[in-house]
Amino acid sequence: MTWTSYDTWTAVIGALCALACALPGCFLVLRKMSMMGDAISHAVLPGLAIAFLLTESRASVPMFLGAAATGVITAVFTQWISRFGDIDQGAAMGIVFTTLFALGLVLIVQAASHVDLDPGCVLYGALELAVLDTVRVGSMDIPRAALVNGGMALLNIIVIAALYKELRLSSFDPGLAGTLGFSPGLLHYLLMTLVAVTTVAAFESVGSIIVIAMMIVPPAAALLLSRRLLPMLLISAAFAVTSAVLGHWLALAVPPLIGFQSTTTSGMMAFTAGVLFVLVWVLSPAEGLLARRFGKVSQTAE
Amino acid sequence: MLLLQSYNTRLVVLGTALLGLACGLIGAFLLLRKRSLMGDALSHATLPGIGIAFGVMVVAGGTGKNLLGLLFGATISGVLGVLCMLAIRNTTRLRDDVAMGFVLSVFFGTGVAILRMVQTLPGAQAAGLESFIYGKVASMVFSDIILISVVAILASVTALLLLKEFTLLCFDEAFAASTGWPVLRLDILLLVLVTAVTVTGLQAVGLILIIAFLIIPAAAARFWTHRLPRMLWLSAGMGALSGWLGASVSALFADLPTGALIVLTAALIFLISLLFGTARGVVPKLLDQAKLQRRIGRQHLLRAAYEILESMGQPVSNQPIPRELLLEHRSWSNAELVRLLAHARQEDHLEPETGPDSSMIHLSEPGFGEASRITRNHRLWELYLITHADIAPSHVDRDADLVEHILGAEMVRALEAELRPRPVIPKSPHHIEVR
Repeated sequence: MTWTSYDTWTAVIGALCALACALPGCFLVLRKMSMMGDAISHAVLPGLAIAFLLTESRASVPMFLGAAATGVITAVFTQWISRFGDIDQGAAMGIVFTTLFALGLVLIVQAASHVDLDPGCVLYGALELAVLDTVRVGSMDIPRAALVNGGMALLNIIVIAALYKELRLSSFDPGLAGTLGFSPGLLHYLLMTLVAVTTVAAFESVGSIIVIAMMIVPPAAALLLSRRLLPMLLISAAFAVTSAVLGHWLALAVPPLIGFQSTTTSGMMAFTAGVLFVLVWVLSPAEGLLARRFGKVSQTAE
Repeated sequence: MLLLQSYNTRLVVLGTALLGLACGLIGAFLLLRKRSLMGDALSHATLPGIGIAFGVMVVAGGTGKNLLGLLFGATISGVLGVLCMLAIRNTTRLRDDVAMGFVLSVFFGTGVAILRMVQTLPGAQAAGLESFIYGKVASMVFSDIILISVVAILASVTALLLLKEFTLLCFDEAFAASTGWPVLRLDILLLVLVTAVTVTGLQAVGLILIIAFLIIPAAAARFWTHRLPRMLWLSAGMGALSGWLGASVSALFADLPTGALIVLTAALIFLISLLFGTARGVVPKLLDQAKLQRRIGRQHLLRAAYEILESMGQPVSNQPIPRELLLEHRSWSNAELVRLLAHARQEDHLEPETGPDSSMIHLSEPGFGEASRITRNHRLWELYLITHADIAPSHVDRDADLVEHILGAEMVRALEAELRPRPVIPKSPHHIEVR
């Protein structure tokens, strides 16, 4: 196994993307909407198709706008269906994203059957290839994906820091937030826009697996370690970065050990996040399986 | 349908309809347990099993694409995913959605990593393996139909035999546990049914359609009824209907993807149900609200008229009322009053010569009778609230107004019995200002 500068960049891109996803992911998990990343990454297909039909090109800016717009629409429709139809959010999400995905398939087949716009490619992405697409900044060649995901991470940090108090209140007590004049609806849509843009930016460069995993797994682990929002955000960010870097290292180290040539980095990053989550689940000092098992003794002894 | 002569079309239509039926039935339970996205999580969670099964079969010397072997791997890894989800949910504070998301993303990521590894095995022909997850509706073959039918029938029969237990699980898990039902085992059984349907459906119709089949018919059926048995039938029927219609339509337009058309058909059925469903649809709800608003408006108008007539002298008699008095009495805008008067005319509560714009408003005989009845109801409520709910006379008007519009005849009789020694139309317990 050799670690080259490409590997450093791959790990950096993965870590930035994981960071960008884990931060809004905390709020999704708190709002029982953790599947939103998954829903959005499927639902953007018609947005991509329409952007392609309108511009007749695969340029990334219109594609990005189309996808981000569909992502926001997914969130809005989910909210509407679950409110007006009085259905639980998960079901509403499922209805919206399957319908939009089907619509996207029909649009693609109808109008662009001759063009290579493969849904599988959109969903898997390729972190390995993202490293090769570089932009010259100053005297360095920096991968475009690193800039995009770094920018998203920065944007998420700024928005969350600026609206920290409001987001916290509306996540834990939307009723009180409403009475105090914070407009939980507006905050909800702002958060959903943030999630949609983050999702699209990330999976356009690295594939949806990292996005879905990093929006759920690090916040879930952080929630097991802390009951307070700020520590949760920090732990979740650290957890995400660790699983990305470790994941890439494992993607290089594991296959030779068990007799294979190589594997996908994004898959291994999700796998690593899962393994780390299981560790937290078992070992967490307050709520881990071990603490629960052996904590009872000390509780009754008190 | 006309085009059902083609053997292949008939197979596809039959297969998707059967699958829709089974998914609709099972999906209804998932919806009630708020686990609709279970199909999503499960269908992604099958990937590691498919990858490992493929690898093992290649090492054992096959092409790695034996259907039964892949199904076996998918089922094992799906069941592991379900157990993992239940373990997270039952031993941590994390809720269903997080547990499902965890299983979905981690299993899928691991599956992608494994697939990439086993594809490099010598002798492996992994091309087309992904269609195991993305499906190939239009090229369904006879063996697929047999498999789908067997699983659909087994799943439906199990669900119907355990109807009572599953109902209890859906509506009151804690109660079921406290009365000694094996809740965890029932939960696992339900999810194993979901796994069975998902895995069989997955390779036949693909991931998105199976997810849609498990959610959309159940959610649509919920709008038409409040009763579970009826909801189950409706949901199964809608699943079958969308499979049948969607597949038939796609036979007409050969170049459109069948799975996508079925999802869109189901979505259309959902939209219709969301709008017009008799039990919880949006339009019936709005109509009910409009009807109630109209009734409240009518009652306010008539009571206002009666209170003004009261102030004009005792005994109360029916005579024309100046429009200004009425306008001021409840601070209506002119447009509102015009609308209320128009409604009152339609119901013959006004004398024929009184229009919505006349300066003197004259109630008809039935209108006057109705006005005294409504005023009496209101006063009875006020007295009841003052006597039994300790509400101050100066505040009682508003509270009575909140409840009186839904007062049934039986309730009025009970109130009368309660307040027997009162005159026929009691005096208002608070001051009514009429200028």
